[in-house]
Amino acid sequence: MRFHFKTDYDQDIRLFEDGWTFSLYAALLVLALALPLMIDPFFLGEATNVLIWAIAGLGLMLLTGQTGQVSLGHSAFMALGCYSCVLMMEANVPFVVAFLLAGVITGVVGALIAIPALKLHGVYLAIATLALAILADDIIVLLKEWTDGVNGKMSPPIDLFGYEISRWNNPIEWYYLTLAVVLMVTLFYRNLLRAPLGRAFAAVRDSEISAQAMGVNVAQTKTIAFGISCAITGLGGALMGLFAGAFNNETFNFLLSIQLLMMIVVGGLGFIHGAFLGAVVIAFLPQVLSMTTDLFGRGVAIPGLESGVFGVILILFILFEPMGLYGRWLKIRTFLELFPFARKDMFKRQKSYLKTERLR
Amino acid sequence: MSLLELDSVTLKFGGLTAVNNLSMSVEEGQVFALVGPNGAGKSTVFNLISRFYTPVTGSITFDGKDVLKMAPHEVPNLGIARTFQNIELFHQATVLQNLLVGRHRHRKTNMIAQMLHLPSVRAEEREHRHAVEEVIDLLDLQPYRNSRIAGLPYGVRKVVELGRALASKPRLLLLDEPASGLSVEETQNMRWWIDDIRRHMGITVLMVEHDMGLVGKVCDRVLALADGAKLAEGTPAEVQSHPKVIEAYLGTNAVSKGGKVA
Ligand SMILES: Nc1ncnc2c1ncn2[C@@H]1O[C@H](COP(=O)(O)OP(=O)(O)OP(=O)(O)O)[C@@H](O)[C@H]1O
Ligand SMILES: [Mg+2]
Repeated sequence: MRFHFKTDYDQDIRLFEDGWTFSLYAALLVLALALPLMIDPFFLGEATNVLIWAIAGLGLMLLTGQTGQVSLGHSAFMALGCYSCVLMMEANVPFVVAFLLAGVITGVVGALIAIPALKLHGVYLAIATLALAILADDIIVLLKEWTDGVNGKMSPPIDLFGYEISRWNNPIEWYYLTLAVVLMVTLFYRNLLRAPLGRAFAAVRDSEISAQAMGVNVAQTKTIAFGISCAITGLGGALMGLFAGAFNNETFNFLLSIQLLMMIVVGGLGFIHGAFLGAVVIAFLPQVLSMTTDLFGRGVAIPGLESGVFGVILILFILFEPMGLYGRWLKIRTFLELFPFARKDMFKRQKSYLKTERLR
Repeated sequence: MSLLELDSVTLKFGGLTAVNNLSMSVEEGQVFALVGPNGAGKSTVFNLISRFYTPVTGSITFDGKDVLKMAPHEVPNLGIARTFQNIELFHQATVLQNLLVGRHRHRKTNMIAQMLHLPSVRAEEREHRHAVEEVIDLLDLQPYRNSRIAGLPYGVRKVVELGRALASKPRLLLLDEPASGLSVEETQNMRWWIDDIRRHMGITVLMVEHDMGLVGKVCDRVLALADGAKLAEGTPAEVQSHPKVIEAYLGTNAVSKGGKVA
């Protein structure tokens, strides 16, 4: 068990609470940087895929895990990020500019859509955003002049400061590019969490009434959260489309939104780690499933198996582990740290007061 | 001029008149109590001041400014902070984070600066911690700094909510039943804190409280409310012995211990 003696304010503000935590994450970073030396290009591609999912997931996590607003429309914003990035690249905008601008565009559009949408709460918000995701599919087909509709687009190679990165020839560079985006997004995310805006997100999530009473503009805070969330998810969408080699309206099907939501619930709502753990599950589950069906079904394809298993996992987590994989890990860690003093009811939710004073 | 003034304020919920032509004024430096039987409209008065409800008629001014022109999230900027009868904390966040939300109205940096954690953001964060740390010291919250609200006992939550309001450095503090559900010792602490808040921090306090013992000890002025209308106003002793007040209490529910209303 580690004890924390705090002697100055910066210890609370710093990214890592102590030297031990810092070394842990430093080791993780070294591992991530050295990964291309350790695994072959195929698995490196899988790792890149995991990181791309994690970026998109971090976007939704900011909205759902941090601010408490559900969205089933994030596949639409992945599409927007992807198409706007690729269209700009085709217009010879340098990749870095096109990529970052795609994030900004997606964020602004997301914030504009949020203004009316966020008047809705809970399941109504989920339905409205789902409608948006389904609509996005049609819009992509309708705008075929730019999007090439159902035929889709080929992803152009990435030209990074005159250095060409293609998925097949430069898997290592692709991986590093994605890792760089992951680090940037994670750092921004963490910075927000330790600043007034991140605390306003949590305030809105936990009690809109008292958020207001503390001076938080609830509507504005939700809109900003939606905007930032869409921007991050848009970056994830851009990488996903570029990494796929080709994409069309089907690539950003509304099912992607549902996978994204499942990912953050399974990983652990409200934790950055949750987005990464969820990404691992999402990226590897299809492989695991096809391996098991190969083993037992001798290659017979079962239609809908993947969505079915995703659904069952989601329900099981909501019922039995609402804190997700990361929540489970936290419990195990606390148990080990306190051993043998851990109490069984330590994580039970306390219901110690009644909410009778309803204001809405 | 009084710090807070309500002038002929009326609020209706459908057919029910929750606040009926109420006028009251709270002077700077006072500890002012609103008392009255259940359903008298005390919390509704707080919610009117917080701008959660808009009165049908009447005006509310704070330090000469028209409160009714403001949106709910702008009220704290005037220097008004509050607690809730049923505790409305950010239950997934830690005590420290809850108190830091209290600092929201003092934030200075914008979103981009915060995302990049520029030096200005760090300087601002240090200031916020400094202010919050004072509150933690005052209220003896050190053992709970990094605990999530969700796991804390009721009494501690009540103190955290007081702390969150104090962290915003208000001029007027609205406390909705600060001692309800507290043990004898906790109520005793609450009494000292309210004294400290007024005396050393110079904050005006408007509170709703059923515990007349506490009201008698800390309040300068008491207003008794029944069915949304003013029954009596004066010092705690005057109000407690006022015939209409005794009748209102006997007529509805609680009978007192030793001749005083509880
Ligand atoms: N949002 C609302 N909608 C409808 N009626 C309400 C609402 N809020 C309060 N009321 C009613 O207004 C009256 C005054 O309520 P209020 O909560 O202000 O009472 P109170 O004096 O705080 O009582 P208590 O001591 O029980 O807290 C009650 O009859 C209550 O039922
Ligand atoms: Mg009340």
